[in-house]
Amino acid sequence: MVSEPTAGAPELPVSAETRARIDAEIAKYPARRGALLPALHWVQAELGCISAETARAVADYLRIRPIEVMEVVSFYNMFYDRPQGRHHVYVCTNLPCSLRGARTLMKQLEARLGIESGETTPDGRITLGHEECLGACAYAPMMRVDETYHEDLDLEKAMAVLEELE
Amino acid sequence: MLTVPYVTGYLTEHFGDDAFRTLDGYLARGGYEAARKALTSMSPEQVTEMVKDAGLQGRGGAGFSAGLKWSFMPKDSDKPKYLVCNADESEPGSFKDRILMERGPHQMLEGILIAAWATGAEKTFVYVRGEYAYPAHCVQQAIDEATERGFFGSNVMGTGFRHEVVLMRGAGAYICGEETGLLESLEGRKGQPRKKPPFPAQYGAFGMPTTVNNVETFSHVPHIVGKGVEWFRGFGTEKSPGTTVFGVSGHVVRPGLYELPLGTPLAELVHEHAGGVPGGRKVKGVIPGGMSMPILPGSMLDVPMANEFLRERQTMLGTGGVMVMDETTCMVRVGCVISFFFRDESCGQCTQCREGTGWMHRILQRIERGAGEEGDLAVLLDVAGKMEGQTICAFADAAAWPVQGLLRHFRDDFEAHVRHGKCPFPESFEL
Repeated sequence: MVSEPTAGAPELPVSAETRARIDAEIAKYPARRGALLPALHWVQAELGCISAETARAVADYLRIRPIEVMEVVSFYNMFYDRPQGRHHVYVCTNLPCSLRGARTLMKQLEARLGIESGETTPDGRITLGHEECLGACAYAPMMRVDETYHEDLDLEKAMAVLEELE
Repeated sequence: MLTVPYVTGYLTEHFGDDAFRTLDGYLARGGYEAARKALTSMSPEQVTEMVKDAGLQGRGGAGFSAGLKWSFMPKDSDKPKYLVCNADESEPGSFKDRILMERGPHQMLEGILIAAWATGAEKTFVYVRGEYAYPAHCVQQAIDEATERGFFGSNVMGTGFRHEVVLMRGAGAYICGEETGLLESLEGRKGQPRKKPPFPAQYGAFGMPTTVNNVETFSHVPHIVGKGVEWFRGFGTEKSPGTTVFGVSGHVVRPGLYELPLGTPLAELVHEHAGGVPGGRKVKGVIPGGMSMPILPGSMLDVPMANEFLRERQTMLGTGGVMVMDETTCMVRVGCVISFFFRDESCGQCTQCREGTGWMHRILQRIERGAGEEGDLAVLLDVAGKMEGQTICAFADAAAWPVQGLLRHFRDDFEAHVRHGKCPFPESFEL
């Protein structure tokens, strides 16, 4: 059984602005739970990740069970259940990019940053990872830095982008 | 500006022009006239028949008749009906939908509006893959502009027809491109595909009758309705009419987007448009339609790029994402990259797929390292055969076919690894 919401609005650990955005998302769907992915995007944009505690709050807010939020967080690559670096740097290593040297670039970036794919730099600036095809096959190799694509890369161009990150 | 080389057809004609992305720019080039024609002078049935007669095949991979799909929507239902625009483009080697959204968002929206009229849908959910932040921004801007100016909303173009468009961003899962996986995701769940039947036309998004079409499929619709069936059938082959937007990547001089009639020979696409392989090297193999589709050897490039011809060569058009590999390429490494992807993206609900993708990847990795054994190729084919056609959705087939294709045409590469205990292609791309 899905528990009925408790009296009063459930508390979401986010700003009034983020809550308003989530409410606007809820209004777009025929069922409240339809707004789960958009809500998680907004919450994560503010908090950086979705902890178990946050997942429970989101579940209450959308009137679904906490496990239903947690399994979504763990299923999708773009949701994180623990703190990340300030910036995500993802190199596409799928076939079209690999054919044009993406894995070589990945190894060079690992060496320059002194971390392996999946790790975060000690100063918390960059989390490095590989990603599957990002739809930039004619611009290979490429990387996604947070929400922005950087294409037709070599090591120097990639490092120039990373050096700009705060 | 579009920054890759491209050839234009009716879909991409104005993609070099920034104004085409705005409502005014689109209207100045005849935009929304086809929708006006449909909504003011045609019945929904007439529109559906027209798209059916045009023979428009879905451009998302399966190639199913779009008009026929629309006709499955119930006529007498009192439930709300929905459309879904599948903009979850994640098939490796495919990047056309991204460009169609960035450069021609109103063209796609007009197709959606016409389809909404034909199916009686009150709302469309545009599901854009999470990583496509910029395409999503372009589409949202177009939705806002078109809604503000009365092309969507409660009184579409003054006709009294009601239609609303909602954009949702995914969060990074290839399986959400499978239409029922997408529907689950839209409802705030893991993207695990549903058993069919019931099909989405009976039980779709939020349990309501739903039709799911791809970005490119919708983008063709205004051209068909505006210019007619005969005009549309003037492109392509009898069985596969129209153009499609091919994306060419890998070892070619000019990777890019090429809108060409279906049935264009693969050799023309690779050698003339994309400029062939750099350095005068030979083509070893080409994946013709996104990574799920079996590879063709360099000797088969004469094939016309339409399903009726590609099927004879045991492959398919898929999404039209063409990946070219030159003669230095190690096909075992290609197999490793492909099988890792499917292992990583399997949603895990069917045993054959969850376990089979892992088996295939482990065996391929072992062969690549030079530690392959005599019976490995037989086991690989056995696993692939046991995945095919055994699962809830086509993902397992999509994982099995490329491996079968590699072994069909490049068995020598695999046997050489096993025999010599090392990779015989020192110049191949790095794994």
